Amino acid sequence: MTSEAVGAPRAASIPRAFGIDKRYLAPILVTIVLIAGQVSFAFLESWSRTFLAIATAIGVEMLLGRLFAGQWPHLASAYVSGISVGMLVRSPVFWPYALCSAISIVSKYVIRVDGRHIWNPSNLGIVAMLVLASDTVASLSVQWGNTLLPMVTVWCFGIVILRSLGRLHITLTYVASFVAFAALRSAVTGHAFLAEVAPITGPMYQLFIFFMITDPKTTVHGTRAQCLVAFLVAAVEAALRLLQFVHAPYYALFAVGPAANLIEIYVKRRAAARHGG
Amino acid sequence: MNPRGRPILLLLFLALLATPALIRRFGRPQAPAATTGSDSLARYGFRLVESARNAGLDFVHEAPTLDAKLAHIMPQVTAMGAAVSVVDFDRDGFADLYVTNSREGSSNRMFRNRGDGSFEDVAARLGLAALNAPEAGVSMGSLWGDLDNDGDEDLLLHRWGRQDLYRNDGERGFVRLDAGLPAWANVNTAALFDFDGDGRLDVFLGGYYPEQVNLWKLRDTKMMPESFEYAKNGGRKYLYRNLGGGRFEELSETLGLTSRRWALAAVAADLRGTGRPDLFIANDYGVSELFVNEGGRFREMGRETGVGYAPKSGMNASVGDVLNQGRLGIYVSNISEEGILLQGNNLWMPVGAADGLPKYENLATAMGIALGGWSFGAQFGDLNNDGFLDLYLVNGYVSASKDENYWYDYSKIAGGHEVVIADAKNWPPMGARSLAGYQAKKLWLNDGAGRFIDVAPMVGVADRHDGRAVVLADTRNRGVLDAIVANQRGPLLLYRNETAPGRDYIAFELQGSCRDDAGRAPCSNRSAIGARVELHWSGQLQVQEVSGGSGFCSQNQRRLHFGLGTDARLEKAVVRWPSGRIEELKAPEKNRVHRLTEPAA
Repeated sequence: MTSEAVGAPRAASIPRAFGIDKRYLAPILVTIVLIAGQVSFAFLESWSRTFLAIATAIGVEMLLGRLFAGQWPHLASAYVSGISVGMLVRSPVFWPYALCSAISIVSKYVIRVDGRHIWNPSNLGIVAMLVLASDTVASLSVQWGNTLLPMVTVWCFGIVILRSLGRLHITLTYVASFVAFAALRSAVTGHAFLAEVAPITGPMYQLFIFFMITDPKTTVHGTRAQCLVAFLVAAVEAALRLLQFVHAPYYALFAVGPAANLIEIYVKRRAAARHGG
Repeated sequence: MNPRGRPILLLLFLALLATPALIRRFGRPQAPAATTGSDSLARYGFRLVESARNAGLDFVHEAPTLDAKLAHIMPQVTAMGAAVSVVDFDRDGFADLYVTNSREGSSNRMFRNRGDGSFEDVAARLGLAALNAPEAGVSMGSLWGDLDNDGDEDLLLHRWGRQDLYRNDGERGFVRLDAGLPAWANVNTAALFDFDGDGRLDVFLGGYYPEQVNLWKLRDTKMMPESFEYAKNGGRKYLYRNLGGGRFEELSETLGLTSRRWALAAVAADLRGTGRPDLFIANDYGVSELFVNEGGRFREMGRETGVGYAPKSGMNASVGDVLNQGRLGIYVSNISEEGILLQGNNLWMPVGAADGLPKYENLATAMGIALGGWSFGAQFGDLNNDGFLDLYLVNGYVSASKDENYWYDYSKIAGGHEVVIADAKNWPPMGARSLAGYQAKKLWLNDGAGRFIDVAPMVGVADRHDGRAVVLADTRNRGVLDAIVANQRGPLLLYRNETAPGRDYIAFELQGSCRDDAGRAPCSNRSAIGARVELHWSGQLQVQEVSGGSGFCSQNQRRLHFGLGTDARLEKAVVRWPSGRIEELKAPEKNRVHRLTEPAA
């Protein structure tokens, strides 16, 4: 889901906490999610489908990076996109895994404003599949077994890694907002508060809150702005949930993320114009 | 970024977005449409006509009303109980139908086949009607087998409540046995099979809700599954060894049947070629289990054989030699709803073996039988007598409002942690909303080359009831399989089959040689459950096995029906009796029912 590698310099700072290139942190975390989920509960549709998604994402990234950006791209981003597609897409057939990965990666090269791509790639890919191929595709919707251990494991690694990347505030803002909106929805619908909170305990949300909404390349800059966007994603999601959209979080990020990016780009252009004048 | 490449990238992107529509348009085989009945006869070789009322099958299933604590989700917790099984209880040579009801105080029906195409309800006269009462629970399904080897079929009735055996005393009706079966359990699946080869039919019962739960008197609301796909807090399993004389011994713990998954469908069949029946269980909220029979003891080998990895919502277990290879595949139904939950049904086909274990692969998608809906019962049978087993699948969970559905709230709670999902009070109220309601049924025609094509609407299957159990039987002894469907809160349906002329068939009615229940093997249980017929004709081979229950809460006619296609040339039929005895019939006559009795030892 992250897309930081597009056009990024090869060399990067090495967080002291891990002693490795920080661009590898997201791939490490998403791999932990995959392994925790699969070893504990075999939550993948199949290994082969997930491998197909990863291979497609990496293959398309290499091809497009070489052909259209003139360099071999760093593959961490494509790996994360592929593995996310491999986990989040649910389909009894193979082609949606490859197609979703391809749409995700190609979108990064096609939909660009001022050199930035404004949609989170895998969010766009999954929304495209849910809308255009709903007869064949659903999203990961069930939980990981009946213990908290896998979720706690992911949260422990996630917090450490996001903190080192300086993006934990986005996740925490979203989670706090989600819980607050769950209480609001509970008051509106009369449904149990726990029922409204329930979705965030599932594996899909762990991917959503640790990878999609924190993607460095498709989030706005500045801590306050990032927190505001995370809150707005939760707010739009709450509204969509009240309208009974099953895939509300994907749609909310799909709508709010690019809008926030475009506003930021517009503000930057104005500022640049003022400075230029 | 090279700006000259943008148009190419844009075209590529648009092409990718258009791919799903292109695959829908060009990528899926469609059955050529038939517009009239005679057209469907010509195109598909058969047609079905719904004839229940004309045949006297006037029955509408009614659901129970459980504890008021479940009132907000009553439609979904009472979404099972419509069941049908086929039996010739009076030994007149015609298939009778036993149908369960589930409202407290309602009556089950025994539709006796008059032999002229009509049925009459004789359940009350036989003592098999008033079997749904708060103190005994309500019916979930029934199975038939000659438990005492006296020559007539006895009844196993499984309930949410008390589990009962009824001995067939002929003209005097049926007598409930004090067989020691569970006084209270929430059993949604059962199987009759002779697992230890002693010539007596044993009883398997699979619990759904835990047995300590009385759904009419809940102590609390924590009785739902702890997980949507990994639940292990369901009912226990029971395995009763038949000791003869109406006595049974419960041995599930001793013999290895110890899981607490939410069992919804079981089928016993010899899946390893050992001569002993293995037990396959499709579980709701989790993986399927394959208990291999190791000389009368069971070992769960789901993972080792490949069927126990991906957890789904198993609601059917039926077996069939889908590719005429002499090997049984296993069909498991699950849930598929566009854009929400696409589990896909499973067709577990044996693709190899190692260490005495078959290795299965799910070929449902490849063969075109993965997506049904919220699927329940399914049965294999050659409906057009072309020599290949077709598949009849019923779908639909709760049909109520046509405008509002419960999917959003269902998906919201299903993704939650156990403390949320396991407590019914957390489940959003369902109201009058539907959940996977009004779904079309599937009648997949086997082309013999590894593909199935749905022809249901073209051959006359257009009902949208909430199907549960489906059975196949030759109700008029015409050499064709009719379909009988039990619908939840809906009518019993009889689809009479008209097959195109010129297609041959052969059928076998088998009777084991045991003549009492003293357990003096080697002889086979009198119902011949577990007997296997391997038919060779016109260069083809097909295997079928007499079953003591398959599908969802159902039991087909035990007569084995083989379609043969046109101008069939019969080579031989090899019968392997449960006792292990092998009998070979050279060039058996086609287009007739062969009634075979196992030779005495």
